[in-house]
Amino acid sequence: MKIAIIQFGGTNCDLDVLHVLKDVMGLEAETVWYKQEVLNGFDGVVIPGGFSYGDYLRAGAIAARTSIMDSVKKLAAEGKPVMGICNGFQVLTEARMLKGALTTNAYPKFRCHWANLRVETLDTPFTSRFKKGELISLPIAHMEGKFYAEEADLAELDENERVAFRYVDENGKATEEANPNGSVENIAGIVNEGRNVLGLMPHPERASEAILGSETGRKLFESMADYITENF
Amino acid sequence: MQYQATVKIEQKPGMLDPEGTTVKRALEHLGYASESVKTAKLFEIVLEAESAAAAKQQVDEMCQKLIANPIVDKYSIEIEEKK
Repeated sequence: MKIAIIQFGGTNCDLDVLHVLKDVMGLEAETVWYKQEVLNGFDGVVIPGGFSYGDYLRAGAIAARTSIMDSVKKLAAEGKPVMGICNGFQVLTEARMLKGALTTNAYPKFRCHWANLRVETLDTPFTSRFKKGELISLPIAHMEGKFYAEEADLAELDENERVAFRYVDENGKATEEANPNGSVENIAGIVNEGRNVLGLMPHPERASEAILGSETGRKLFESMADYITENF
Repeated sequence: MQYQATVKIEQKPGMLDPEGTTVKRALEHLGYASESVKTAKLFEIVLEAESAAAAKQQVDEMCQKLIANPIVDKYSIEIEEKK
């Protein structure tokens, strides 16, 4: 099993993800500079967080139109898992691999803190190690994290249980106060129709080691590794 | 022929515009009342094309492929002959 971690100009969480996959979990993983256009030999992709191309135009817009994204789409079409974290989520929506768009937070400020989340579905390659409805906490760090989708798309996401995570309070309620950025229906992460492409604003790689205060985020990568082992 | 296209990108109606809202509030502090304040982005693109219509078509494609995000934005294009 080999996982690619895509680097664009301005990506800055690439080495954190590499550290978790390689040093903490002992998986085979490599950073891949966006100019390397093919992803032969990889079984999964992580598009990490950061500020690709300085968030010019719209966050993720420029990165989404680089040719390595054609290779990511090809890999996803084979059913292999693709996870976009924070700026990676923005890249995936801009590349139309996921529904909706991520816009400036309702209160236009960079929010950087732990957020309570509820795991909404286990039926994805990234959430199988959780319990349904499990309450977890992961760090967020973004200014363009307000998820928006047109009504028909939102209905489709709800109907097919494609919302993976929602922002909730400590009792598990998706309240307005628990919503850090004004995302529609408190959405923090979604999957595509094939369920093998996930985008989420929280940073699981920042909560994958006890020394950092939490190992919860590692379950996402462990679920992903399980899925690859079982299927590829 | 050389043309200049002016592309205006606005948010679709109903989208939140926190920057516009903040500016509106700051204007109120200065004593200026306004009904609403919205932000927009302007791009000036100079390009070669055979006609104004051809230039507009090219710029429309640019908007659809990159400059605007049809989920949240609307855009308008004005074409002028570059002297």
